[in-house]
Amino acid sequence: MFDYQFFIEVLVGGLLSGVMYSLVAIGFVLIYKTSGVLNFAQGAMLLFAALTFVSLVERGVPFAAALLLTLVVMVLLGIAIERTVLRPLVNQPPITLFMATLGLSYVIEGAAQLLWGTQVHGLDLGINDTPFTVAGVFISQFDLFAAAIAGAMVALFALFFRYTRTGLAFRAVADDQFAALAVGLRLPRVWAAVWTASGIVALVAGLLWGARLGVQFSLSLVVLKALPVLVLGGFDSVAGAIVGGLLIGAIEKIAEVYVGPFFGGGIEAWAAYVVALGFLLVRPSGLFGQKLIERV
Amino acid sequence: MSALVEQAQLVKTSWLTPSRAGIALLFVAAYGIVPFTASGYLLDAILTPFLALALAAVGLNVLTGYAGQVSLGSAAFMAVGAYAAYNFNLRIPELPLLFSLVLAGVVAAAVGLVFGLPSLRLRGFYLAVSTLAAQFFVQWALTKFAWFSNDNPSGVIDAPPLSIAGALLTGAPGRYVFCLTIVVVATFLTVRLLGSQSGRNFIAVRDHEVAAKVIGVPVLRTKLLAFGVSSFLVGIAGVLWAFAYLRTVEPDGFNLDRSFQILFIIIIGGLASIRGSFLGAAFIVVFPLLLSRVGEALLGNVFDSGVLEMSQRIVIGGLIIVFLIAEPKGLVALVDRLEEQVSRHAGRLKRRFI
Repeated sequence: MFDYQFFIEVLVGGLLSGVMYSLVAIGFVLIYKTSGVLNFAQGAMLLFAALTFVSLVERGVPFAAALLLTLVVMVLLGIAIERTVLRPLVNQPPITLFMATLGLSYVIEGAAQLLWGTQVHGLDLGINDTPFTVAGVFISQFDLFAAAIAGAMVALFALFFRYTRTGLAFRAVADDQFAALAVGLRLPRVWAAVWTASGIVALVAGLLWGARLGVQFSLSLVVLKALPVLVLGGFDSVAGAIVGGLLIGAIEKIAEVYVGPFFGGGIEAWAAYVVALGFLLVRPSGLFGQKLIERV
Repeated sequence: MSALVEQAQLVKTSWLTPSRAGIALLFVAAYGIVPFTASGYLLDAILTPFLALALAAVGLNVLTGYAGQVSLGSAAFMAVGAYAAYNFNLRIPELPLLFSLVLAGVVAAAVGLVFGLPSLRLRGFYLAVSTLAAQFFVQWALTKFAWFSNDNPSGVIDAPPLSIAGALLTGAPGRYVFCLTIVVVATFLTVRLLGSQSGRNFIAVRDHEVAAKVIGVPVLRTKLLAFGVSSFLVGIAGVLWAFAYLRTVEPDGFNLDRSFQILFIIIIGGLASIRGSFLGAAFIVVFPLLLSRVGEALLGNVFDSGVLEMSQRIVIGGLIIVFLIAEPKGLVALVDRLEEQVSRHAGRLKRRFI
């Protein structure tokens, strides 16, 4: 007999962890949308943010001050990346920029660990993680909290895009770089702002993931979890990142529980990729991705 | 104009161009001098891994540099090659090593074709991400199914002794010559392929897929051929890596970092350049050794290995960015410019003295 209650529990767990994937994926989408760069260094930024925050807290800096300081650091990092990496590489093909972010991820990971050491740090955000039950289904309180944070962030971004000048500039650049340039938008400034924004996303995601897994090197590997989400949702759609994250989270858990035993388990590492791939064969630019029209 | 004619005549009359002479000299050195004079350390720790990585880079360059399809899963195909050769050798003992080597390449090519299928629908980053599926799937399969490693609990395999036509190749020089020969033959065949119609198709697909299709290039076949050839070469490189260099490998040795390493080689060396693959591989092998030596010499034992490793990461990452900014065409462009200057100076000297 099929155990529905257990299925729903797995599903809810998957959806909630999917939210965490979405959080990472949103950082990618912001940068891809506005500058056409697939930023592989997003994971490294996440690690850098979490590690900086934890190390500050461990050195006796109060929680709020540490958060503010890390925020400042991430802003500076975003500006520095625009200055040193993006500006000299302007007008290069996207693949060159992608490889530059690969290099960047090495630099940031190395710097983060050189600065703060390689040991594992625990991170306590002061959230109670005792699960509670709704209609007999266990739900993790922490996951719920993470989902709420993610939801709040997405809502904030939506408002920001809709109602601020910078947000409008973001949308203009995402729509058409040349037109944006022609009406007088300063692209370097927009890019610096975008990288800062994705740095902030990295901070939030880094804290939540760090509280989950402990702050350590493997934190930067969550990019690998976010990539199938991006492929599924489309590289240039925030909505896609969210829906893709939820789908991947749910599919991954369900596959692990119901299909995994046939293969001896551990299929989580690639199940998401295979699902995303199968999906891409039907829709090559993801769920919400922009369709490319090619001309000769 | 007259210079062009002159050059054309030169090509017609003399097959011994300067670059061919250079390659011939390299051969003489690589076969005639190095195996007899180089130390075991130089052969085992530098030249053998250099050759294996160079071949892997040639393979990836066929796919990424020439055909324009980015792959982030090269290490997976190295692993497929290594484990396939191991199993051919183990389960069919009568098979000569060279045969299992080629068969391993064929298996890697077959796996490459399967993971290359998405390229028929996907472009750019979507494709790059989908090649990661190969990376994770292969690594998982090799650790999960003990059959691949003859029931070793952690998937570790030990290489058999190397032999060609009954002659056992032992010691560092033997392993080096084995590697060298295979790399030379494989590279030669690759160069021939790239010069043929198929090679030009690769470039057409890379430069403009739609345009290529319009003028009648069979895009699907070309892409699959690129995936097959590339995985074949990378698979053979994996065999060399496992059998001639490390001798004992585990699936984890072929992780994502290895894939990135090969990608870095072709970026640093130069995309769409065979010479670039070799230059890049030399750089990637020698540079970290140099860096740690320099670090030790300058700073003594102030820093532990962890710090050294991290600073290595920073320097390599930084170098890649610097390379992309300063010399997007890679080391090979640098060397080309250098050669051009030298030959210009040589020409001036010639005119003055003759």
